[in-house]
Amino acid sequence: MTMTVELDVVVEQPRRWALDPVLSVEHVSMRFGGLVAVNDLSFQAGRGDITALIGPNGAGKTTVFNCITGFYKPTQGMLNLRHASGDTFLLERMPDHKISAKARVARTFQNIRLFSGMTILENLLVAQHNPLMLASGMTILGVLGLPGYKRAEKEAIEKAKFWLEKTGLTARADDPAGDLPYGAQRRLEIARAMCTEPQLLCLDEPAAGLNPRESAELNTLLLDIRAMGQTSLLLIEHDMSVVMEISDHVVVLEYGVKISDGTPDEVRNDPRVIAAYLGVDDDEVAEVEEVLDDISEETAR
Amino acid sequence: MEIFLQQLINGITLGSIYGLIAIGYTMVFGIIGMVNFAHGDVFMVSAFIAMIFFLLFTTVLGISSVIVALILVMLIAMFLTGLLNWAIERVAYRPLRGSFRLAPLISAIGMSIVLSNFIQVAQGPRNKPLPPVLSGTITLMERNNFAATISYKQILIWVVTAVLLAGFWYVVQKTPLGRAQRACEQDRKMAALLGVNVDRTISLTFVMGAALAAVAGTLYLTYYGVVNFSDGFTPGVKAFTAAVLGGIGSLPGAVLGGLLIGLIETFWSGYFSIDYKDVAAFSILAIVLIFMPQGLLGRPEVEKV
Amino acid sequence: MAPGIATNGPGSSPGAAIRDAILAGVIALGIFGPLVGLKTEQNMQNELIITTRWGTVAIIVAIVIFGRFLLTTTIWPAIARRKASDAGPSRTSVAVKAGIARWFPPVGLVFLFVYPAIVVGLLGFQGSLKWVDNFGIQILIYVMLGWGLNIVVGLAGLLDLGYVAFYAVGAYAYALLATHFGLSFWILLPLAGILAALWGIMLGFPVLRLRGDYLAIVTLAFGEIIRLVLINFRELTNGSAGISSIPKITFFGLYSFDISAPNYVAKVFDLPMSSAYYKIFLYYLILLLALLTAFVTIRLRKLPVGRAWEALREDEIACRSLGINTTNTKLTAFALGAMFGGFAGSFFAARQGFVSPESFTFMESAVIVAIVVLGGMGSMIGVALAAVAMIGGTEILRELDFLKAVFGEGFDPDQYRMLFFGLAMVLVMIWKPRGFVSAREPTVFLTERKSISGSLVKEGHG
Repeated sequence: MTMTVELDVVVEQPRRWALDPVLSVEHVSMRFGGLVAVNDLSFQAGRGDITALIGPNGAGKTTVFNCITGFYKPTQGMLNLRHASGDTFLLERMPDHKISAKARVARTFQNIRLFSGMTILENLLVAQHNPLMLASGMTILGVLGLPGYKRAEKEAIEKAKFWLEKTGLTARADDPAGDLPYGAQRRLEIARAMCTEPQLLCLDEPAAGLNPRESAELNTLLLDIRAMGQTSLLLIEHDMSVVMEISDHVVVLEYGVKISDGTPDEVRNDPRVIAAYLGVDDDEVAEVEEVLDDISEETAR
Repeated sequence: MEIFLQQLINGITLGSIYGLIAIGYTMVFGIIGMVNFAHGDVFMVSAFIAMIFFLLFTTVLGISSVIVALILVMLIAMFLTGLLNWAIERVAYRPLRGSFRLAPLISAIGMSIVLSNFIQVAQGPRNKPLPPVLSGTITLMERNNFAATISYKQILIWVVTAVLLAGFWYVVQKTPLGRAQRACEQDRKMAALLGVNVDRTISLTFVMGAALAAVAGTLYLTYYGVVNFSDGFTPGVKAFTAAVLGGIGSLPGAVLGGLLIGLIETFWSGYFSIDYKDVAAFSILAIVLIFMPQGLLGRPEVEKV
Repeated sequence: MAPGIATNGPGSSPGAAIRDAILAGVIALGIFGPLVGLKTEQNMQNELIITTRWGTVAIIVAIVIFGRFLLTTTIWPAIARRKASDAGPSRTSVAVKAGIARWFPPVGLVFLFVYPAIVVGLLGFQGSLKWVDNFGIQILIYVMLGWGLNIVVGLAGLLDLGYVAFYAVGAYAYALLATHFGLSFWILLPLAGILAALWGIMLGFPVLRLRGDYLAIVTLAFGEIIRLVLINFRELTNGSAGISSIPKITFFGLYSFDISAPNYVAKVFDLPMSSAYYKIFLYYLILLLALLTAFVTIRLRKLPVGRAWEALREDEIACRSLGINTTNTKLTAFALGAMFGGFAGSFFAARQGFVSPESFTFMESAVIVAIVVLGGMGSMIGVALAAVAMIGGTEILRELDFLKAVFGEGFDPDQYRMLFFGLAMVLVMIWKPRGFVSAREPTVFLTERKSISGSLVKEGHG
């Protein structure tokens, strides 16, 4: 009798995000030469959730993103993406462009990567490349000027207009993306990613460099995307006000290892997280990061 | 065996010349990330300078010792070619630094056209043959009427290359100039903030590359005894191949690459067909770049996302 | 850029400017003294002898001193002042530019179509030959090559230094198939294009993952390999001697331009015999081929594939994150550019009646790349203008016979053609590093079409 009671204590209830995960990261490791950037990481991102991936600089967050979006192949482990329809994709086996096109994972970049010499509208049309390519009959029908493509392009522009409206960029649709102020560039990158109709949107530090008002607008935009119900979000963020306010689930990394995983409140009170963030001074964290960067560059050579 | 030995000797000789030119490519690429397309033609101009002064010394001024004449010619060629490359950098590349990335490459291609056509106009389109100098040989091995020989010219080329590379290595590794160069290679902005005169360092890099090309030009002229205004392109591309093969940005790599290209070329001509020796060199360039873009001694490029 | 140069100058004091100019003169003396002053020539015994030309050296050094003085005292300060005074383009200059941009293409097009008529009207059939052939056809070939390469370099941002290989494939495809099998130009034109495109895919596939200058060098190597194979594969290509008596193009098989043929165009229409008819026919043919290139490019820019090319030039990693298959996108650009090169090549073979590897040296590739970059990457008008300026400009040098009166009988302006071409490349790059027309026209707009300043447009990684 006593034994079963003990078992009841040990076995946790499955967490909400484990019930229907859009993304399951299972035992993923990423090594660069001798440096272990991510070590045996497992976590799940629930469908319809905003999942935040936080941790001190150099903790391996962007490396995880690069593994999910196919820019790196993880040394070990599995990345399982499941659509609402039930289709599953093993991301570690797919080339990067297929991850976006087939598995429907979109991303933004820490240092914004827009097509700066193209207009904002053009940026959003490039994001709809694959459906438009089909509509243009792999270009051949398009060159001949058949009406089917015209219609598809009109629809694509409508979708772009929808996201321009959402991100407040309509007035600047015909301006080059490189001319936008920083905050607007961040929003445009999100709009561009959303134009691919992703199941999972990965945002790499979306609030970096934003002022408080822009940051609040970003929160609204992200909550709006979640409310639309098609897209789950995974974000890397340093701005704790964003993380604590909007995320449903927080995963904390330090030195490539997961140290905490739970709701914002649980994570906030986790002693290991407090130690990771407060145990060392900010300056020292920066130093550690530099050292790590040096090591990763050295080993990459 | 005799044929093998002979091809080995010829290959090392040719490879020394390629290696000397390749250093110019690799240093400029290392420091400003630009393929200095005109470098092959700078080499050709240096051979012309050497030819003119050799003629001046031997026929007009009557210097009878060939060795003295050659040493003087080499020093003058190094100086004037360095001056030329300094001027080229100043006029055609420096104004374009930090602008559109293709602009310096196009400017360098333009400069290459200017140099070869300038020589054609100034010195005429015909081959310039010199009377043979240092024509003696030493027989190393002989069997069945085929002798493997090494000529005095080849010995001269080996010795000069080795001495100059040693001196050059000392400059790059041990002097403040070399340190400034390596600093600029790593991070030009930071080097400037720390008080390195970046413009001057880059200029001196061009001068050093040109001086080594001038040594190669003089040796090329002594070895083949003839030079033509169109002689810059093919050795230039082959030396660039050597730089890439060794790992662009790496100085020992450039020399190693030069020797390998020289050996491949002579062995290919010796054992397969002389017709396709340039095809072999170009194919190696393509294959190396496709499968091993960091070269033999270079550092791999990491894609940052 | 101008302030950058201005800071190189030695300030405004005249003494410093004079010292600086004299220093430039000393350097010029060092460089030009031996190379120009001591001319080596072969005498009767085939020995090299030196003749001196100190007069020429003195002129060159004087020009350098005076030019440097003028630059530091007048030209650079003037440029710097103008840079400082106008904060942006004035409204009138923008309006003028917009007007030119609107009216230039149709006016230029009409001019191109009536050009042979004008020339014939002014100079008669015989007199028109040179102007239609050396200027019209010659320039249009380079316009077409420039537009074809523009797809690869200007739109997709892949620097291809071996474009001439595809030109050669097209030319040899026509030359060989027409001489061996007697096939007509109208069958071989598409075939040559397809062959060149296949070569483009074959060569492109392994190299397109390379970045930066490496791609440029590998394409250069492929260009040279193809030329060397053409020289050495004598059984097929007849080596350096080339292939001659390549048949002329017929007017869709209806009329021939061959004097001995029964349907020779002059016989059919009872005209006096002249080779001008063929030249005028060729002129319109290459004009239409070039316009086809332009039409297809303009159409493609507005299609997803064209936008993907430009996006690729801007940021390849972002493209991949948006699900664009960058390898296929690059290959289509490479293959399409190669196809137009192939078309131009088969036209070239038919026009010359003779092909040899000499016509497909690296220099040709460099000239075509120069036209694309000087024109302003991606701009059709800019590329056309650059072709006219560079090819037309150097062709005109052939015509400047009066220079003989100035420089003496031995002076051959033709020799200086490539020298000036190279100088022009360097000078245009320093003057306008982004080429003549650097602004980019957007492919689609919501409310208003605005040109995009060249400083925002990226040049691609290749």
